[in-house]
Amino acid sequence: MTKKATRRKASRPKSLLYDGSEWDFETMQRTYAAIEEIARDDLGLDVYPNQIEIISSEQMLDAYCSIGMPLMYQHWSFGKRFVREEELYRKGYQGLAYEIVINSSPCISYYMEENTMAMQTLVMAHAAFGHNHFFKNNYLFQQWTDAEGILDYLEFAKHYIADCEERHGTTAVEDILDAAHALMDQGVFRYRRSPKPNLREQEKRRREREAYYERHYNDLWRTLPETKADEEAGADEKELAERKKQLKLPEENILYFIQKNSPTLEVWQRELLRIVRNIAQYFYPQKQTKVMNEGCATFVHHYITSKLFDEGLISEGVLLEILHSHSNVVAQPSFDDPRYSGINPYALGFAMMQDIKRICTEPDEEDRAWFPAIAGTGDWRAILKDAWANYRDESFIKQFLSPKLIRDFKLFRFTDDTKDDHVTVREIHNERGYEEVRNALARSYEISAVEPDIQIVDVDLQGDRELVLRHGVRNDVPLADKARDDVLAYVRQLWGYGARLEGVDLESGKTLYTSPTAKAADGDAAFDMTF
Amino acid sequence: MAHLIDRRLNPRDKSLGNRQRFLRRARAQIKEAVDKAINDRNVADVGTGGKISIPSRGIGEPRFRHASGGRRERVLPGNKEFVPGDRIAKPQDGAAGGAGKKGSDQGEGEDDFVFALTRDEFLDLFFDDLELPDLVKTSLKETFSYKSYRAGFTNSGTPANLNVLRTMRNSIGRRIAMRRPIVARLEELAPEIEELQVRNDLDIALQRRLAELSLEYEELERRRAAVPYIDPIDIRYNRFEQRPQPKTKAVMFCLMDVSGSMGQHEKDLAKRFFILLHLFLQRRYEKVEIVFIRHTHQAQEVEEEAFFYGQETGGTVVSTALKEMLQVIEARYPVAEWNIYGAQASDGDNFSDDTGRCIDLLSSRVLPICQYYAYVEILDQREFQIFGSSNNGKELWRGYQPLETAWPNFSMKHIAEVGHIYPVFRELFAKQSA
Repeated sequence: MTKKATRRKASRPKSLLYDGSEWDFETMQRTYAAIEEIARDDLGLDVYPNQIEIISSEQMLDAYCSIGMPLMYQHWSFGKRFVREEELYRKGYQGLAYEIVINSSPCISYYMEENTMAMQTLVMAHAAFGHNHFFKNNYLFQQWTDAEGILDYLEFAKHYIADCEERHGTTAVEDILDAAHALMDQGVFRYRRSPKPNLREQEKRRREREAYYERHYNDLWRTLPETKADEEAGADEKELAERKKQLKLPEENILYFIQKNSPTLEVWQRELLRIVRNIAQYFYPQKQTKVMNEGCATFVHHYITSKLFDEGLISEGVLLEILHSHSNVVAQPSFDDPRYSGINPYALGFAMMQDIKRICTEPDEEDRAWFPAIAGTGDWRAILKDAWANYRDESFIKQFLSPKLIRDFKLFRFTDDTKDDHVTVREIHNERGYEEVRNALARSYEISAVEPDIQIVDVDLQGDRELVLRHGVRNDVPLADKARDDVLAYVRQLWGYGARLEGVDLESGKTLYTSPTAKAADGDAAFDMTF
Repeated sequence: MAHLIDRRLNPRDKSLGNRQRFLRRARAQIKEAVDKAINDRNVADVGTGGKISIPSRGIGEPRFRHASGGRRERVLPGNKEFVPGDRIAKPQDGAAGGAGKKGSDQGEGEDDFVFALTRDEFLDLFFDDLELPDLVKTSLKETFSYKSYRAGFTNSGTPANLNVLRTMRNSIGRRIAMRRPIVARLEELAPEIEELQVRNDLDIALQRRLAELSLEYEELERRRAAVPYIDPIDIRYNRFEQRPQPKTKAVMFCLMDVSGSMGQHEKDLAKRFFILLHLFLQRRYEKVEIVFIRHTHQAQEVEEEAFFYGQETGGTVVSTALKEMLQVIEARYPVAEWNIYGAQASDGDNFSDDTGRCIDLLSSRVLPICQYYAYVEILDQREFQIFGSSNNGKELWRGYQPLETAWPNFSMKHIAEVGHIYPVFRELFAKQSA
């Protein structure tokens, strides 16, 4: 690797950062500095400090299976994932992700030691700058995650759980964690705005909370089922309504409700639910910004590596290797291709970013008609950064998907009714169809469309304390039966009493089904009542 | 600015804990699958690890999720020929509009969940609740292994065992008792003496003083020299005591009939049985010796290789094997020290007069000294249908029958196909409930 000394200013063509495929730490630093310069000065990206970690492929597998976090508590489901991923990797069915990056400050990204220097360059631009900027600036992440505290929190969680295992036994802890994992999707706040979380603060308050729980019992449960005289019934009704108001029903965050109000859980069990909840909350924005996040990172790496080549810092061979990998990543097979596995977020995201750039700099008539606010403004950097900061997948697609891309991808919309044995094509990539196709595609990224809407609506305080959940059914789409019953069993286990799920059609208000109730005493729950 | 950290040297196998948890959790199902898998293995492969397929239901992670049904809309890429209003028939497997992929993204679909166990995990699960019965006899006469334990102090020993603390304690006691002057006393006198010695103008009083002091000084020095700092009488050593460790020793005799009456199939079954036994012993016990004896009309003790892979054939005289076994016991395995086990596999046919001799040998010489003796008779399908259910069998079986009732440490079972080996094996070696 030769590095010719340059004594004059940057106007002279710079020398290659590296040559050949081997990497070493010095080269990584040098390349990082070059990438940073472009990211900071040209694109104007704003990133958390970076921590670059070189790992082996075994460790990559490890990281993969503990959902990518460098620290995680132990659970058998991660073992199951590990076992499966290892099998697939060994058989060659699945390559390892060549990058894993964590939303934290400092932003940790992992690089495999087997990567060539060209790949490390690509991954650095992609993860350490693309993803990093997105994590730091997107409103969802700012609102719902605490990048500075997450690693410490995970450290706390890991130790706390290990502690509980020692004190109460692995099985008891596993039982709670299993139930909590099953309800993880319903363990996040979606609409209620909580203040920006500070996980360190929470740890401090946790001890106080534990002491508090131990001193008080929940006044809500003072009523015991008794027969009351009729005159008193009226007063009790009011009391009842008051209590229900206190419970703040309906509640979308099932884990939160159970953690706060379950009459049978012990303090450490509530704390476990809290941990799972916090982790679910931390990952919640990632589900809603997949396309944007990957699009942003892919766009950034594409731009930076092209610029590196233009400035003579990387060779043609390296650029070719990078482009080869890049094109694999953004490939989108069509629906009838055996390799089709859904719309590739990298493909869609990257295409949209490139498209926005084009609309800003070289719009045509159609673009001016569809995007009057941004067409021809020229400042694509500002527009892109604004998009990355203030949109999520659904709103992003709704706002920025252009007819040109609809044509490029040849998108079409169809409807599928179970009662019908045919599907009907509704709109295709033509003048009449663009808007509806765009809206439909945006809708498909709405979290409420993908995940079932299940909330706690009632608790029978006076009676058998049964918990009532409601599944808001849209378009007659049912829940998977067996899974539903299994999860309900977990709900009963955590609640300590019965629980039933009612399916209510959101349009008509009609109750479509009720899933059976079983008393907690009959089976799966293994907890003592605490009072 | 970036921090570059090399984590490649970090401890690996962070997922080892999780993998173990998963195995523990799925244990019941994995055990079932292991039991099933063993029946389809090659003789040689039995000892290696294996692919285990377990239905994913058992270790599922349920979530609330949508199932197919209702009215949905979808947007797909790659339209080639459709126009609005086209109606496309749904393919039979339910994937609308094209080649949907079967199987789920997380292995939680209807597919079975396949992964590989390591050899050790496999064998552990396999032999989970089996053991050699009655492993009680410990060495009585000759004990070979000793362990050292601390046992107080002693007056004699090697310098390596010197106990400094005790020694110094004794020494200080002796010095106090003998009133050995301490250095401090000498140091008190020395400066004054020196001062007086250097002066020239001493008067009588001072001269006398000097003389006194000098005398005292000499006396102190003399006493110090007379009473040693450390005397051999002070020295103490740490004492160690040897305690004998009882050792449990076991030897397993594998007797296999490789005569002409045993066909390929029977020999295969017998070998599988012994391989299982061999693995079991290796897995569960550290110090078990195994003696392989194969016989036709003559018996020989052989090595493991020859036992499992040899191709021999001849007549059938079972008693030779028993005699050989007794010879080996006499030569190498004194009864008082060794727990002796025997396992015999045969197809039940025997040279006509020999069965009587076998029974004699067994009841008079072999069974009294064995902890446990198992006889496995290998039948073919037809014979199994005749004999399998009843308590009847071929010649050897009938001969051994009275032994089963007479001796509690004797067991016999039928095997007709690969699928029987494992259950029979389990019956023979199931853990006794205490």
